[in-house]
Amino acid sequence: MPAVIEVDNLRKSYGAFVAVDGITFAVQSGECFGLLGPNGAGKTTTIRMLYGFTPRDSGSLRLFGTPCDGAWRLLKGRIGICQQENNLDPDLTVRENLEVFAAYFNLPAAVVHERVASLLRFTALEGREQAGVRDLSGGLMRRLVLARALINEPQLLILDEPTTGLDPQSRHQLWSRLDELKGRGLTTLLTTHYMDEAQRLCDRLVIMDQGRILVEGAPRDLIRQHVGESVIEVVAACDDLRRLVQERALDYEDLGPRLVIYSGDGESLYRELLAEHCHEGCMLRPATLEDVFLRLTGRELRE
Amino acid sequence: MIVLNLSRRLMRVWQRNLLVYRKTWKISFVPPLTEPLLYLTAFGVGLGGMVGTLAYDGAAVEYTAFIAPGVIAITIMQGAFFENTYSSFVRMYYQKTFDAMLATPLTLDEVITGEILWGATKAVIGTMLMMLVITLFGLLHYPHALLLIPAAFLGGLAFACAGMVCTAIVPTIETFNLPIFLFITPMFLFSGTFFPVANLPVWAQLLAQVLPLTHLVELCRSLALGQITVAALVAVLYLLVWCVVLFPLAVLGMRRRLIR
Repeated sequence: MPAVIEVDNLRKSYGAFVAVDGITFAVQSGECFGLLGPNGAGKTTTIRMLYGFTPRDSGSLRLFGTPCDGAWRLLKGRIGICQQENNLDPDLTVRENLEVFAAYFNLPAAVVHERVASLLRFTALEGREQAGVRDLSGGLMRRLVLARALINEPQLLILDEPTTGLDPQSRHQLWSRLDELKGRGLTTLLTTHYMDEAQRLCDRLVIMDQGRILVEGAPRDLIRQHVGESVIEVVAACDDLRRLVQERALDYEDLGPRLVIYSGDGESLYRELLAEHCHEGCMLRPATLEDVFLRLTGRELRE
Repeated sequence: MIVLNLSRRLMRVWQRNLLVYRKTWKISFVPPLTEPLLYLTAFGVGLGGMVGTLAYDGAAVEYTAFIAPGVIAITIMQGAFFENTYSSFVRMYYQKTFDAMLATPLTLDEVITGEILWGATKAVIGTMLMMLVITLFGLLHYPHALLLIPAAFLGGLAFACAGMVCTAIVPTIETFNLPIFLFITPMFLFSGTFFPVANLPVWAQLLAQVLPLTHLVELCRSLALGQITVAALVAVLYLLVWCVVLFPLAVLGMRRRLIR
């Protein structure tokens, strides 16, 4: 089976600004693949090129094994897209949003009727069919965006920051829906700023910065490779602690008063620190994808 | 030469707008039904008594009968132009409706063409409603006047394309004031709507001949008064050429604006 997405040396510039600087990756069937990176890393530009919204400058792009050029209409019929902005149709009700969108895909009326009912069930929007989009909360809107993206029963689902601005309940609800879709074998491409989300949902991911891919791999592998098993955080590090990490050539980051130590095997070091150097404000925790992200992309603000 | 990526699917965009329009038809129907009443009473009754009759194509015409088709032409112009400026801009910029459409098999060319056809359709709906009222005044000559419906579509297309060209260019929604002040309002006044173009100084007459509303008024007047004049045929030709030129410009402009 060919890869669902094959991107080779994809590039896009806006004047002198290089948004995407030669990226290459492939997403296999059934996979949930993440595109991570700070603002301006080129995630959304990449996604927009993937569904033909933004023309690419160079590089090749194949979807479902088919070269994209000249085949967009056919290919877009097989993709479902949740764009970053909520662009539900505010002039229409919940049901009409789904029906009108189905019409853009030229779906026959009988199919639409059935599919709208099942999607309303799937996204727990039953009973709100007649509600106007303007009256929906952020969480409900997001669910409707997901339902709308699934109206054509896509073989590839593209989600651009699907949970930004949602409360934890809505986020977990959306995740469970995505789990269910994954169970059905749907291939998903996802961007997010939430590392816990990426860690939870993605089989594999890339971290991008300044239009380039820095690393690619499974979340667990990336954590192990770039951070280790655990991290020790010291809230207010004293001088002798700083000396200690320097003498032992530990892998650490000095963030003013705070010290983050990336220790391969944290347990014994943690006990030692706790006993001899800092009596409080010292914490041992499992390493996360966020540690990887910050190590690779740095801590400077981007905007 | 530009190649347009169009299919019949563009009617889905048109249908979307019709669906929204149907929700608010009670409000949307008010202007085309009341406007002719207002114009015909104010100008027709108020001014008509002073003006008496006017010469049109060799015959004497009552002032109300003279301005009634002018009012229809204005409705066509405004209906289509406002739809494809303010309303299209809101859908494009604020509601991101076009972005959502472009995540489906619809092409941008289809979205824009569907919008333009909808603008022309609104002009037709407005014209038909107005015709109901004006017919009650006995100011339309049938069956010729029935041709006002296709004329409204042609005129609607012309102003829809013009509106879409503006939408492709304006940086903000407030900027529409400019084409309205410089293009729409002068036409409203000087295109033979409320008095014959022949009353203008020669240079202004020539200028008026360049403006699309002059031709649309000419076409509407000839149909409303029940005679197909040469000027009316010229008007059809002019409006066709106008559409052929401005439609590709509208599509190209929107491509330039949205595809990046």
